[in-house]
Amino acid sequence: MNAFWIATIGTSVIAFALKFAGHSIPQHWLESPKLQKTNALIPIALLSALVAVQTFTSESKVIIDHRLAGVSIAVLALILKAPFPVVVISAAVTSAAIYNWL
Amino acid sequence: MSVSLTVGAYGVAFGAASVANGFSVLQSCLLSLLTFSGASQFAVVGVIGAGGSAISAIATASLLGIRNGLYGVIMAPRLKVKGFKRIIAAQITIDESTGVALGAQKRSESAMRHGFWLTGFGVFFFWNLFTLAGALGAQAMGDTRAWGLDSAVPAAFLGLLWPRLEKNGDRALAVVSIFFAIAMTPILPAGLPIIATAFIAIAVGLRR
Repeated sequence: MNAFWIATIGTSVIAFALKFAGHSIPQHWLESPKLQKTNALIPIALLSALVAVQTFTSESKVIIDHRLAGVSIAVLALILKAPFPVVVISAAVTSAAIYNWL
Repeated sequence: MSVSLTVGAYGVAFGAASVANGFSVLQSCLLSLLTFSGASQFAVVGVIGAGGSAISAIATASLLGIRNGLYGVIMAPRLKVKGFKRIIAAQITIDESTGVALGAQKRSESAMRHGFWLTGFGVFFFWNLFTLAGALGAQAMGDTRAWGLDSAVPAAFLGLLWPRLEKNGDRALAVVSIFFAIAMTPILPAGLPIIATAFIAIAVGLRR
């Protein structure tokens, strides 16, 4: 068994163990109002961080590029209350246009 | 559905990157089927490709996988599934399925569950299909930037985040998280700046 197989199987086993462990923690651990509140705040923080990292960074570097134009158009679409597919497609079209032709 | 398609298309880049770093087509496909977490998979092939050991590759990928465990804690009381269904739910508990489910939660509980399963299976299908395509040498399509997909994904996450920002406190948390994640990116290993913002949310939630 070489390094490639060890990495493939080891990563897969731990990845599933982490996912399943999360699903197996007793429900009542999350029943207090403060924990419910926290539970609602976590996705706000994580989604914000995901947007930031996927817009402004590449390989651990902070970079401003065509993606910022795409995401800016998405912000504009959201302010104008555009439906979800319009938000995503307008971002993709803007980004691709700048990437390919500028 | 648009999240499933856009994210699934990243599978091409993963399949190509995996084979380019010395993994076989079979290993690339097994990573997508069994690990099924984009950031972890890119970390594994990246570390091995850069000459890292199997242990360091597994450790890096697992650090990134902690995020999915956190999502599991959030999703389990919302899905309320047992036995085999819980195993399937755990495997498709990733950024996209959790994000879509929490985004749909405001509409109704059934919309939330529907969003989780549909997105999870959708991303799983496209991710694996395109991993195979990428691994088999479709490297001409590997530049997802030319198709704008690298902007479509953050735009999709933004669309999910937007309806949740009704209170000023929530907006403040979003702004802090954005700046924190950007500031920490050059310092922390990939993925950790995202996870770390969850702890900001925990600190804020427990104080309020």
